[in-house]
Amino acid sequence: MKKKFKCEVDCANCAQKVEDAIKKIDGVVDAKVNFMMQKFTLEALDADFDRILDEAVAVGKKIEPDFSVER
Amino acid sequence: MTEKQKKNLIRILAALVLFAAVAVIEKAGVIPEKYEILFLFLFLIPYLVSGYDVVRKAVLGVINRQMLDEAFLMVVASIGAFASRQYAEAAAVMIFYQIGEWFQSYAVGRSRKSISDLMDIVPEYANLELEDGTVETIDPDDVEPGNILVIKPGEKIPVDGLVISGESLVNTAALTGEPVPRTVRPGEQIISGCINGEGLLRIQATKMFEDSTVAKILELVETASEKKSKTENFITRFARYYTPAVVAAAVILFAVPSIITGNWHEWLYRACTFLVISCPCALVISVPLAFFGGIGAASKNGVLVKGSNYFEVLSMLDTVVSDKTGTMTEGNFKVSEILTAEGVSRRQLLETAAAAEGMSTHPIANSIREQLTLEFPEDAGKEAGVTETENISGYGLLAVVDGKKVLIGNRKLMERYGVETMAGHDPAATEVYVAREDAGAGSHAADENGAFRFFGTILIRDSVKPEAKNAIRDMKAEGVGRVVMLTGDRKETAAAVAEELGVDKVFGELLPSDKVLKVEELLARLTGKQKLAFIGDGINDAPVLSRADVGIAMGSMGSDAAIEAADVVIMDDDLGRIPAVIRIAKRTVGIAKQNIVFALAVKAAILILGALGIANMWAAVFADVGVAVLCILNSMRLLAVKKTIG
Repeated sequence: MKKKFKCEVDCANCAQKVEDAIKKIDGVVDAKVNFMMQKFTLEALDADFDRILDEAVAVGKKIEPDFSVER
Repeated sequence: MTEKQKKNLIRILAALVLFAAVAVIEKAGVIPEKYEILFLFLFLIPYLVSGYDVVRKAVLGVINRQMLDEAFLMVVASIGAFASRQYAEAAAVMIFYQIGEWFQSYAVGRSRKSISDLMDIVPEYANLELEDGTVETIDPDDVEPGNILVIKPGEKIPVDGLVISGESLVNTAALTGEPVPRTVRPGEQIISGCINGEGLLRIQATKMFEDSTVAKILELVETASEKKSKTENFITRFARYYTPAVVAAAVILFAVPSIITGNWHEWLYRACTFLVISCPCALVISVPLAFFGGIGAASKNGVLVKGSNYFEVLSMLDTVVSDKTGTMTEGNFKVSEILTAEGVSRRQLLETAAAAEGMSTHPIANSIREQLTLEFPEDAGKEAGVTETENISGYGLLAVVDGKKVLIGNRKLMERYGVETMAGHDPAATEVYVAREDAGAGSHAADENGAFRFFGTILIRDSVKPEAKNAIRDMKAEGVGRVVMLTGDRKETAAAVAEELGVDKVFGELLPSDKVLKVEELLARLTGKQKLAFIGDGINDAPVLSRADVGIAMGSMGSDAAIEAADVVIMDDDLGRIPAVIRIAKRTVGIAKQNIVFALAVKAAILILGALGIANMWAAVFADVGVAVLCILNSMRLLAVKKTIG
């Protein structure tokens, strides 16, 4: 399943770092943090999607405290 | 300005005032030197007012073991400055850094907004007509195909559909860049995202919102900046090593000379300037922002570029290969001449031809039917006599009309069946030969030589697009070396059209599969960084579009196949947009390179000067945020480009 969210991320480099970290989460097929559009795209296994999304946001926040996702 | 930006601006201004007050006290010398330490606390006030969130982020960074983030580096640098007793400077650096960050966020916000303004095509609602005739306003997402929608004057078309009643002028400018509104009448397709003019329209939805043109385009533009260009990948990789390297250099710069000279205050200060410069944001932001601007500038011109990487390809084009029919020419076929064989009347020839093509929707078939209706209105509709059609790809058709076999197609088809033909004299026209099973031949089977009787030749002409010649000339002015045209038409026709257009080379009589081979051949001829583009109408040429370095689809508004297969989509039929997009691509790539060179050069210069003790921390902050702001402003020049057409 692939879903797109509005997100807030403050700088281009942080977006890149958050993206790299989220991609490493188990069950994530692909992830994009688009700084210019302020969009977060997550592609992950259907069954676990919500749990993976929570984890992704948590991981993102750890790297970049200002990272937030609108759901 | 967003709320956050307003709040930060107030903080910065407050910090500046406090800073000035403390600086005046310091300069006035009212506090004796032995109490100098007091200034550490005084300067901490403006420092924290402007930078408490940076400090907070740095602490969080330490807790989360993200040591090399920007906030952490800034805080370490300013603590270093405090430690080397440069109190005023430590506070000033934080304020200055925040000013830079503020400008950066403001500038990015502005360019983000100018892109979303361009993309202001999303319909907010749809007026659904219920069975009892009442109208209900619903979300475009809830429209089902088959629903009847009412579109009032000035409203956006919510989903793709078919006009049922009403007539109006619709403005497609947001989608195509084409300023002249288009007339729509009942029975015509209408595309979502267009703005209705003065008339009231009733349309039947043919697609869901998410499959409609407007949703597809938005998706494309949003994801375009995710397909990274080579330059972007380079800079991302570079940034990954840059920060650790500069931080390591800072540590060495502090440790080694301090031990040797013992003057650790001085070297700590110099090392701190390094830490400020080590932030990679200016670099990381400079390139994608340029491409983002390029995507915006292109969409303003009615061109969708599906990824940043295609700008690089477009800026290095050497060969442009184009399809002929529908791309270089109007694709509007008209019968220009009719040559009948002896003993065959004009009417008989047209009737037979129209009947044989009866099941075909090919533009040539349409033009023959149109001609028949024009000359012999009472015969219109006679094509019903066709009972069987066999398509002989690359040759024509073998049809059965009123029980008799009819051949209709090119000269090769006639040669294949050994039919003697009569050629026309117009090289630019397509010749359609017609032959019918000869009743007189009686016992002969129709597929043997001589069993078909030649009926005549119909010459059909397609006119060249008026802007095609100039577009080719402009492409060459933009550095395209060769323009090649491919067509299934016979060589004479192809050559005549090529001559008229000024293309360098033309290959005729190609089967669809030959086109891929030709493009591969042309690709093999390219040297070094030269690239090849293919322009097609996206209907039959998906394989070629994807084979080329960059596939450009023309006039494909509403054609899903083309939007899918192509890398660059020209929303209307205007060939003139191709040289325009090449120009935009070159500017985009140019600006991205300027940004990289500028950011790296300034950082390198300040690093060297900082190590030598010439550049102070102010200069370092400029190298970090000031450079980023200048790169952003440079990128925004792309959006300022006026529409180049229309």
